[in-house]
Amino acid sequence: MTIAMTSLELARWQFGITTLYHFIFVPLTIGLAFFTAWYQTRWYRTKEEKWLRATRFWGKLMLISFALGVATGLVQEFQFGMNWSQYSRFVGDIFGAPLAMEGLAAFFVESTFLGLWIFGWGRLSEKVHLACMWAVSLSTMLSAFFILAANSWMQHPVGYELNKVTGKVELTSIWAVLTNSTALYAMTHTMLAAALTGGMVIAGISAWHLLKKNEVEVFGGSMKIALPTLAVAGVATLAVGHFNGILMSEQQPMKMAAADAVFKTESGVGLSLFATGDFKGNPGDTNRNIKLPNALSFIMTGKPDSEVKGVNNLNVEYRQRFGDPSSPDYRGPEFKDMDYAPIVWVAYWSWRVMLGCGFALALFGLVGWWLNRRGELADSRRFLKLALPAASLPFIAAAAGWIFTEMGRQPWVVFGLLRTQDANSPTVSSGEVWLTLLGFTLLYGVLAVLAGRLFFKTAGNGPAEIERGDEDKPYLGMAY
Amino acid sequence: MEDTTTLQFVWFLLISILWIGYLILEGFDFGVGMLMKLIGHGNDEKRTILHTIGPVWDGNEVWLIVAGGATFAAFPEWYATLFSGFYIALFGILVALIVRNVGFEMWGKRDSAAWRNGWEWCIALGSLVPALLWGVAWANIIGGTPIEPVATNGVDSLEYVGNFFDLLSIYALLGGVASLAIFFAHGALFLEARTEGEVRRKAQAMAVKAAPVAAGLAAVFMAWTLIRQDSLEILSLIAAVVAVAAFIFAAVKSKSQPLKAFAGTAVGIAFYFIAQFIDLFPNALVSSVSSAYDMSLNVASSTNYTLTVMTVVAVLLVPVVLLYQAWTYWVFRHRLSAEGVGDVKTPLDLLDKKKETANGSGPDQGTGSEPSGS
Repeated sequence: MTIAMTSLELARWQFGITTLYHFIFVPLTIGLAFFTAWYQTRWYRTKEEKWLRATRFWGKLMLISFALGVATGLVQEFQFGMNWSQYSRFVGDIFGAPLAMEGLAAFFVESTFLGLWIFGWGRLSEKVHLACMWAVSLSTMLSAFFILAANSWMQHPVGYELNKVTGKVELTSIWAVLTNSTALYAMTHTMLAAALTGGMVIAGISAWHLLKKNEVEVFGGSMKIALPTLAVAGVATLAVGHFNGILMSEQQPMKMAAADAVFKTESGVGLSLFATGDFKGNPGDTNRNIKLPNALSFIMTGKPDSEVKGVNNLNVEYRQRFGDPSSPDYRGPEFKDMDYAPIVWVAYWSWRVMLGCGFALALFGLVGWWLNRRGELADSRRFLKLALPAASLPFIAAAAGWIFTEMGRQPWVVFGLLRTQDANSPTVSSGEVWLTLLGFTLLYGVLAVLAGRLFFKTAGNGPAEIERGDEDKPYLGMAY
Repeated sequence: MEDTTTLQFVWFLLISILWIGYLILEGFDFGVGMLMKLIGHGNDEKRTILHTIGPVWDGNEVWLIVAGGATFAAFPEWYATLFSGFYIALFGILVALIVRNVGFEMWGKRDSAAWRNGWEWCIALGSLVPALLWGVAWANIIGGTPIEPVATNGVDSLEYVGNFFDLLSIYALLGGVASLAIFFAHGALFLEARTEGEVRRKAQAMAVKAAPVAAGLAAVFMAWTLIRQDSLEILSLIAAVVAVAAFIFAAVKSKSQPLKAFAGTAVGIAFYFIAQFIDLFPNALVSSVSSAYDMSLNVASSTNYTLTVMTVVAVLLVPVVLLYQAWTYWVFRHRLSAEGVGDVKTPLDLLDKKKETANGSGPDQGTGSEPSGS
């Protein structure tokens, strides 16, 4: 970063920083809210005290994550207008609708019922109180759906028409936007990843306590639910991710070509395991490329000798499609000789980091489940010691996944319709973006330190004792 | 300039309602946030003050998020010009809301005077800044700011061409000070109505002083707004009169009947902003450069199809939201005090034949002694 960066570059940094920071808390909150509701259901059904203690313990951690998520989510919604006013004008007719629906259908439920849940212990009947937690859990997922539908429209626009007079896109079918194939895959993939995140964090913290033989009942119980979920979600995330990749190779072939460092369209393409190239956004070819023969073709189509499109050929194709006045998708003369490739090494490595973490997590979940079923978990010190560091993997995977999704779509902000360089606010100066960029980043940093310490301290303290007979009394241990 | 369509009018109305809902609800959160630092003495009192808004503040803030989202969906041009134009002011509001929200969460989590004191300042300033800046922002929206067509990539759009300091006219600053006073009084009355004992007494003393000031400032700002109109709009005059009357009513009742007085400031805030929205209509933004550059709702609007879709969604969901938010206030309607009182049970508890266990469980139970929240 340099001081002379344009407001466009700075706005991109700000979007990236805010989004990645926000998305630490999103899967964690969705995951922990789901498990908290699950543990509370166990308490409601069995009346075994360990489940109540687990509910309150994991619930407290969920609240810390939730608070940070809300704080950064506010910036997320406002920065479309603040930094990306041309984008907002161009897509407002379509993009605003899912955002408004998210607020009306999900945020209101989430915030209201979370308040009821925090302050409602012993005041609401147990059944109503449990229902409040499930309302929170479901609304966090619903909220993710609307925002993913909005994002998926940027990846693969559907249900719209380009108005030639205003030069803006107009919504023709909200149903098409909400059932966009990209959105349905992204939703499944993200929800499984959230379960993975919540499950892995629970497994990591539980393992840390189990190593010290601390609160074995509560943490053993927590593990018993988290590990199978982790295993199932881990395998399923990979499976859905695979089909998501195939879908993407149809909808955004350039992104997948960059992810696999395929530059020339060929048949029977190998899967690149490690590649180097000139240090440029689009080097045009790889210098060294270790490949598993025919594997990529096979993964993408099931046939080892099928064709995979390459970056260079796609560039030729897109220059014709978007830059030739006779093409129906013509966007202007400047589209005739631009480079349509994203930064190839970013796409290539972010995709691999995500996949690597995903495989490790699935494996970890399967091993843990197996150990737990054999009753060997408590004695498997090596596994328990690995669990806490492994809890960082879902966060790395999620960050890499979003970097891949968003940077892999470049130079477009809305694929095929609007370039990122045409989307920022023309009246906002680079000095102003510098101010908000530094201000927000500094604030995020301070909050990360404070909330991180609080999170680990709360996690380290373990679950609170509950006096016999106090189980259904008003409890404000989660309140401020 | 084309006329506003029915659907555009409906959405202007709905966005007005969302804003008014937000300002009434978070308005008292702002007041309470400032008062926590100002009148709270000792941790028990401060926690009591915090707990009056504890279960509801987050839900209140969602009204803002939805107002923003609805503006984006229904009037993208309004959203784009406003948010990119009032850039630094919005940045200030966002930072304030973030530190305030995190402050609520963090304040009781460590048993250290410095820790708590730091977060109390975050909560107080995080409440004061938006209470002031929302007033400034709305005064600018209706009063007019430098807006003119700017060509970007060959396409004209109405853009804000001033800077942050252009937003600080005397009129706008008065709007800010007035909204600050109004929210402060509103919060004091809320606290007076929701607490008992020493906290209530102190909140009452504040409310009695603040409510007349709020009424006075509101009257001046309303009068100035009406005078600025080219030709007096009778509806905004009526709304302004109702607003000022409600604030005066609140000031009169602030000592003896806090609940009625609180209803007074709530009605006052509603009509105070209704007067401003009437003043603004049929525009979304007013240009101080030339009335030819005013952004009309029609120009700012989404297509008919999008507005129709959103209308269906709003008609289905808004009543439900109102119902469950009202229920929350009902569940947590009992008064709080630092000394700790028995809990008033909700009807749901009575239906549920659970045995009474409320004896000796005050609002402080479970948090008083354990700073790290266990």
